Amino acid sequence: MSEAAKHMNDEVAIQINGMHKWYGEFHVLRDINLSVHRGEKIVVCGPSGSGKSTMIRCINRLEEHQQGQIIVDGIELTNDVKKVDEIRREVGMVFQHFNLFPHLTVLENCTLAPIWVRKTPKEEAEATAMKFLERVKIPEQALKYPGQLSGGQQQRVAIARSLCMNPRIMLFDEPTSALDPEMISEVLDTMISLAEEGMTMVCVTHEMGFAKTVADRVIFMDQGEIIEEAPPEEFFDNPQSERTKLFLSQILHNG
Amino acid sequence: MTADVPGMSEGAKVSPFRDPKVRALFFQILVIVTFLAFVYYIADNTITNLEKRGIASGFDFLSQNSGFDIGIVLFVDYNAQTSTHGDVLLIGIINTLAVSLSGIVLATIIGFVFGVLRLSNNWLVNKIASVYIEVVRNIPLLVQLLFWYLAVLLELPNVRESAKIGESIALNNRGLYFPSIVPEAGFWLIPVAFAVGIIATIFVSRWAHKRQDETGQPFPVISTGFGLILGLPIVAALVMGLPFGFEYPAMGRFNISGGWVVKPEFMALFLGLSIYTGGFIAEIVRSGINAVSHGQTEAANSLGIKPNITMRLIIIPQALRVIIPPLTSQYLNLTKNSSLATAIGYSEIVAIFAGTSLNQTGQAIEIIALTMLFYLTISLIISVFMNWYNSRIALVER
Amino acid sequence: MAIVRTERHPELPPPVTQTGVIGWMRQNLFSSWFNTILTIVSAYVAYHAIYAFLDFAIINANFAGTSRDDCTLDGACWVFIKQRFGQIMYGFYPEAERWRVDVGYVLGAIGIFLVLSNVVKSKKWPAVYLFIVYPVICYFLFYGGFGLEVVETSQWGGLFLTLVLASVSIFVALPLGIILALGRRSEMPVVRMVCVGFIELIRAVPLISVLFMASVMLPLFLPEGQNFDKLVRALVGMSLFSAAYMAEVVRGGLQALPKGQMEAAKSLGLGYWQSMGLIILPQALKISIPSIVNTFIGLFKDTTLVLIIGLFDLLSVVKAGTQDKDWLGLATEGYVFVAAVFWVFCFGMSRYSIWLENKLHTGHKR
Repeated sequence: MSEAAKHMNDEVAIQINGMHKWYGEFHVLRDINLSVHRGEKIVVCGPSGSGKSTMIRCINRLEEHQQGQIIVDGIELTNDVKKVDEIRREVGMVFQHFNLFPHLTVLENCTLAPIWVRKTPKEEAEATAMKFLERVKIPEQALKYPGQLSGGQQQRVAIARSLCMNPRIMLFDEPTSALDPEMISEVLDTMISLAEEGMTMVCVTHEMGFAKTVADRVIFMDQGEIIEEAPPEEFFDNPQSERTKLFLSQILHNG
Repeated sequence: MTADVPGMSEGAKVSPFRDPKVRALFFQILVIVTFLAFVYYIADNTITNLEKRGIASGFDFLSQNSGFDIGIVLFVDYNAQTSTHGDVLLIGIINTLAVSLSGIVLATIIGFVFGVLRLSNNWLVNKIASVYIEVVRNIPLLVQLLFWYLAVLLELPNVRESAKIGESIALNNRGLYFPSIVPEAGFWLIPVAFAVGIIATIFVSRWAHKRQDETGQPFPVISTGFGLILGLPIVAALVMGLPFGFEYPAMGRFNISGGWVVKPEFMALFLGLSIYTGGFIAEIVRSGINAVSHGQTEAANSLGIKPNITMRLIIIPQALRVIIPPLTSQYLNLTKNSSLATAIGYSEIVAIFAGTSLNQTGQAIEIIALTMLFYLTISLIISVFMNWYNSRIALVER
Repeated sequence: MAIVRTERHPELPPPVTQTGVIGWMRQNLFSSWFNTILTIVSAYVAYHAIYAFLDFAIINANFAGTSRDDCTLDGACWVFIKQRFGQIMYGFYPEAERWRVDVGYVLGAIGIFLVLSNVVKSKKWPAVYLFIVYPVICYFLFYGGFGLEVVETSQWGGLFLTLVLASVSIFVALPLGIILALGRRSEMPVVRMVCVGFIELIRAVPLISVLFMASVMLPLFLPEGQNFDKLVRALVGMSLFSAAYMAEVVRGGLQALPKGQMEAAKSLGLGYWQSMGLIILPQALKISIPSIVNTFIGLFKDTTLVLIIGLFDLLSVVKAGTQDKDWLGLATEGYVFVAAVFWVFCFGMSRYSIWLENKLHTGHKR
C-alpha cells in the first residue's frame, strides 16, 4: 500500500453508476462506473477528447449527465438546484486556465465564496484566506491582482481559493497543462502536500510522475469510456489493454 | 595604420537637404505657411462677401430681439417680442439637453433589456431580440423619426376623437395629455421625505456592509432602499392628508387646456432616438457580457456561489469595463443625433438657433461656430469622463 | 484489483427527450417554467406583430390601379409607390435620359464584381477601372457631354442621388482619411496637431452642422461670383465628415500592426512612403476592411440628412410624394418603403462585413 493510501477508509465519497452523456447526437461518455473512497487519490488520463474533463465536470454538475447516477457525499445529483449548491460547496475545483476573477485581488478571490456562500465574517474569511495563501507559499501576493502574477502563482491562488471553502473533495482539471515547464513543479508540490494531508482528489493530468507518487488508482479513458483502472505500479509496469499500452508508449517517449 | 576615424566631423558635412531633422522642420514650416495662407484667403473672401451683402459681424446679435415663436420652451420665459437670440440659444441648449438626457435614459433601458434578451437561451425570445436589433440598426434614423412623427403621431385622431384612458389621460395628434399635480399646503414634506429616503438608504447600505463584514449576515439593501425611497414620500403624503390636487386637462371642442402635455415633436424625437440608439446599445451589452469568459461563471459555480450573486459580483463588474466606453460614445451619438429634430420641428439648438436665428440674422459664421462649440464642449466633457473612467477601471496586468 | 474493458461500448443514440423536435423544444423553449411563460408570451406578441404587418403589407394591400381611389382595401396602398416609382428611382432626371443611369449601374456592378470576386487574377486592372476610369465615365454619363444632353444636378434625385452621394463621399473620404490617419501618427508635431484638430472637431459635431456649414458658409469662403452647385456643396460636407471617421478606422488598422513591420521595412532600406505604400498600408487596410464597410453603412444611412438642406434624395422624394394632395395620408406606406430599401442595402453590407471579418480571422489563426 502506498504512503498516501493510509488515509483511505471505506466511506464512499463519489459513486458513479452507469453514467452516460451526450452532446447533441454525440455520445461523449459511455457507461461510466467509478467509486472513490474518502481520502483516495485518483488520476485520470487519456488522449485528448477522451471525455476525462467532461467526466470530472459532471461530478460538480458543470455538465449535466443524461443517464445513470452520480452520488457525491451521499447526495444524488439531479436537477434540484439546492442539492447542486450543497455539493458544490463541498467539492472544490481547479481549472486548466485558473479562472481567477481578474477584477478582484488575490485575497478577495479567496474570500468571495466564504463571505457570500458560507456567510463568514470578513475578518475571519481573510484570516482563513491568509492561512491557505501561506500554505501555497504566496501570502506576500495577497493584495495584488491575478494579472500581476505568473501562471504558476495564479494556479496556486486558484487552489487556495478552493481550499478556503474547506472542501471535502478536490477536482483538478489539467491544472498544469497551461503552465510553462518551469512552473509545473511548484503547482505539483502544492498538490502533493494536499494529498499527504488526506484530501480526496480526482485529478485529470498527464503528469505521470505525479500519478506514480501520489495516486492510489490510475484510470485510463478513451473515446468516452473507462478502459483500464489499476494501481499505479500495475498500470505503468503491466498495462493490460492495447490502447493503454499505445497511449503510455506515446506519452512516455514524448514526455 | 592611421586611418581616419569616422566621427562627428563627417556628420557636419551632410547636406541640410538630406538631414531628416531639417527636412521635417522645413515640411512643418511649409504646412504652417500653407495653412495660414488658406485661412487668410478664406477670411479675406468672407469679409468681402459679408460687406457686399451687408451682413454684420460680431456677437451683438445675441442681444437683439428674436421676433419669432418657439414651439417648446422649458424652464425659462420666452416671448417673441422681448426675448433675444441669446435666449434662443439658451432654449436650444436646454431643449437639446432635455431630449438627449431623457433619450439616454430610455435608450439605456431598451438596450440593456434587448441585450440581455439577445443572450437568452430561449430561442424565440433570442430571435425576437435579434430581429429588433437588426431592423432598427439598419434603417436611417431620419427615416425612423419621420415615420414616428408623420406616419404615427400626426396620424393619431384629432382632439375631439382623442384616445383616452379614463377621463384624465388623452392621446391625440396634438400630443399626450395628462393631469398636472398642483401642490397644496404641506406639500413640502413629500420631497423632504424623498430626500430623507435617499440619505437613509445610503446609511442602511453602509451599516449593512459593516454588519456583513462583522457577522457574515447579508442584508437586503436593494429592496430596503426601494421601500425607503418610495415608501417615505407615500407615508408623508398620507400624514399631511394628501396635500396636492390634480389639474385635469379640459377637453374643448378643438383644443385642450390645462394639465401637462408632451408634444408630438418631442415624443417622436424621444422615441425615435431611444429606439434607434437602444438597438446599438443592445449589441454593446450583448458583446460586453459575452466578453466575460465562460470560465468565470464556471469558477463561481464550482465555488457554490448563487447565480444572482455571480451576476452581481463577477459578471457585471467585468462586463461593464467592456460596455462603458462604447456606451458613452453612443450617448454622445444620441446627443449629436438630436440635431435631426430640425426635420420634425422640435426646437433644439440646430433647429432654432442654427436654423431660424441664422436665417434672420444671416450671421452664419458666428452662429455655426457657437453651435459647434456647444457640441464640442459636450464631447470634451464626455471624453474627460471616459479617460478618468478608463484609468480607474483598467485591469492591473504585469 | 485492475479493471480492464476490452470491448468497445456501442455508440447509443441519446434519449428521446434530448434530441429531435421534442428535445430541441425542451432545451430551447421550455427548459423551465419561467422560460415556458416567456415563450408563450413572446409567441403571442410575435404572432400578432407578424400578422398585423403581413395583413398591412400583403394580405390586405392594394397593388393594382393608378390612383388613390383604387385603394379600396384596408391595407397598404402600394399603388402610390408604383405610380411614383420613376421619381423614387431617378428624381427629376428626364425620362428619355434615364437609361444613362442604368448603364452607370451596370458598369459599376461589373467593376465591383471584378474587384471582389476572383475571376481576374490580378486585382490591379479591375481596381484601376473601378477607381479611376469608372468615375470619369460616370461624370460624363450622368452629367452630360460628348454628345449627351446635359442634365443639371438639380434634376438628379431619388435612389440615384442617394447612391451618388454615398459613393462619391466614400471615394473622396477613403484617401483623405488615410492621409489624415498617417498625419495623426506623424512624428512632426505641427502635422499631427492639424490632423488631430480636424479629426476631433469633425467627430465632435453632428453631420447636420457640417452640412449647414458647407451649404451656408462655403459660398462665403469663396471669391465672389465663384460658386458650386448645391450637390457639390453637400458632397464636400459629407466627404470631409466621413474622412474624419475613416481616419480613425485606418488609424485602428495601423495600430493593430506590430511595430516590427515598419522596422523590417526600414531595415530593408525602404523610405517612409515606400514602407507605407508597400508594407504598412496594404496590411492595415486589409484588416480594417470590415470597419470601413461599417463606416460606409453609417455614411449610407447619413445621406438621408441632405433632405434638411433641400436635396431630393430617396427619402425627400418620398416625403414630398406623401405631401402631394392627391396622395395624402400615405405616410406609412412611403416611409415603410424607404425603410425597406435602406434595410436591404445596409443589412446586406453588414452581413458582408461580418463574413469578411470571420474570413480574416480564420486567416490569422492558420
